[in-house]
Amino acid sequence: MATKASRSAARLMMAPAVILLLGWMLVPLIMTLWFSFRNYLPLKGGDLGFAGFDNFIRFVTSTSFWPAIGATMTIVVGALVITIVFGVLLALLLDQPMWGQGIVRILVIAPFFVMPTVSGLVWKNMFLDSVNGLFAQIAKMFGATPVEWIIDQPFPSLILIVSWQWLPFATLILLTAIQSLDSEQLEAAEMDGAPPLKRFWYITIPHLSRAITVVLLIETIFMLSIFAEIKMTTAGAFGTKTLTYLIYQRVLESQNVGLGSAGGVYTIILANIVAIFLMRLVGKNLDA
Amino acid sequence: MGKITLQSVRKSFGDVHVIPGIDLEINDGEFVVFVGPSGCGKSTLLRLIAGLEDISAGSIAIDGLDATHLPPAKRGLAMVFQSYALYPHMSVRKNIAFPLKMAGMDPAEQERRVTHAANILNLTNYLERRPGQLSGGQRQRVAIGRAIVREPSAFLFDEPLSNLDAALRVSMRQEISELHQSLKTTMIYVTHDQVEAMTMADKIVVLNAGRIEQVGSPLTLYHQPDNVFVAGFIGSPKMNLITGPTAAAHGCHTLGIRPEHLDIRADGIWEGRVGLAEHLGSDTFLKVDAGALGTLTVRATGEVGLRHGDVVRLAPQEGRLHRFDQDGKAIRG
Repeated sequence: MATKASRSAARLMMAPAVILLLGWMLVPLIMTLWFSFRNYLPLKGGDLGFAGFDNFIRFVTSTSFWPAIGATMTIVVGALVITIVFGVLLALLLDQPMWGQGIVRILVIAPFFVMPTVSGLVWKNMFLDSVNGLFAQIAKMFGATPVEWIIDQPFPSLILIVSWQWLPFATLILLTAIQSLDSEQLEAAEMDGAPPLKRFWYITIPHLSRAITVVLLIETIFMLSIFAEIKMTTAGAFGTKTLTYLIYQRVLESQNVGLGSAGGVYTIILANIVAIFLMRLVGKNLDA
Repeated sequence: MGKITLQSVRKSFGDVHVIPGIDLEINDGEFVVFVGPSGCGKSTLLRLIAGLEDISAGSIAIDGLDATHLPPAKRGLAMVFQSYALYPHMSVRKNIAFPLKMAGMDPAEQERRVTHAANILNLTNYLERRPGQLSGGQRQRVAIGRAIVREPSAFLFDEPLSNLDAALRVSMRQEISELHQSLKTTMIYVTHDQVEAMTMADKIVVLNAGRIEQVGSPLTLYHQPDNVFVAGFIGSPKMNLITGPTAAAHGCHTLGIRPEHLDIRADGIWEGRVGLAEHLGSDTFLKVDAGALGTLTVRATGEVGLRHGDVVRLAPQEGRLHRFDQDGKAIRG
């Protein structure tokens, strides 16, 4: 892209993609913002005029708001802990030279390609089901009473499903980070008298810290908006109504578009706070 | 104490015999340099001594105790790596203190040793910095500091100066030599640079394809190379090696003469035409095309008014000729 002509040609050719992406992002964003300030009740006659900050106040003062925040946090934190701990361990394992490494690595990534709706259904019916589920079968094999996972253990069930989906992502990022660790550092630590566990703690973990933070932030952004898994399993029952699910209920079950949009604006702000930290971190990463 | 004995040490990676069998004695307090071309097994040998690689056969004894199967940390050796291998997330102080912390040493004693090492190595003002904020030479010193604090029975250096620029390399060379003078600890130093080997070593071990070609003091290797390989490897510029009728006339297969032992004289026995002339000021290196003898390198002291294409006559100095037989072994006497 040396000449002026080729540069403007490049811009022209990129324009359709850029405009499409911008439209894709801006139209829903602006509509959400617009509706959040309107009294929009489709069943009561549609747009009933300007509402000021009423929707925003009603959304946070509703009795469902804090439980929803609690449910969201439980699932996000639980899944983050599991994906990062097991992600590090799996990455360490996959870093070892072994037979069939390529195939194993592809298999590990596989869950990431399964759509959330599908994985929610698969987990619900094939693993967690109290009659036909794999876990129930295993329990019966040992003569135990099968657990009604989705009814009695809704949060562990959801955390399990979400973790299963995001573990590949964490593993992949952490694996590349582990592969970039200078082996001489580990050897130096070995000569310095550090046994394997201390080498892991003092050398490998600090080396991974940045990758772990990136995984943490990216996963947080995406997990704040998990919806399909809940819809497919508990459908918001048993206290698993997250912020996203609450918005869905406000808009589609209560038919209050304005209130739901206000909730949507809160989640946009929340995700952006996390994104700012992520951008800074990635920026720092590029500078170093 | 730091006496290291290798007995028929062998190392194979699968079918590749990197080190087919080495016997070597390193005495306490010696500065030993392993030198050889890349891929000769010198770094592998060092790693075998360090314990970072398992030996395939033979034994290693440190201070008379069998260390063949000891883990690296128990051998009492400290190593300085080519990449320095500093821990990037720790300050200089923590880097240097790391081996002491791993040994569970009392914090006050740790502090005392770190301060002492920092004094020796001029690092006192940099103790709170991270390795990333240091220059190449300073990183090198931190790596040495981390080795010193353990008070090991021997230091192992794996090409420690290869990442430094030429000027810094010369000064670090002196610092390491001075360190050896003051600590009087055994040091094993691996390099491919024969100048480093000649200037620093008490004893040089010349390696080629995993075998020891010759062990001796720098000047022994210079004056009495055991074979053609050592003759060609030690000394800069390289020794001229002449084969053919001229060598046969001296009763050998290969005749060696160092560039500094060829005089340019009107009554010289060999005639040649000057090709390339490198003027260094103190010396002049001439590449002389001497017909059937091949290209000879001549080192003339000071400035010489010779240019490309001039015809010169060369006289080898008496008693400076090296004779080698068919197998490349030196013919003495």
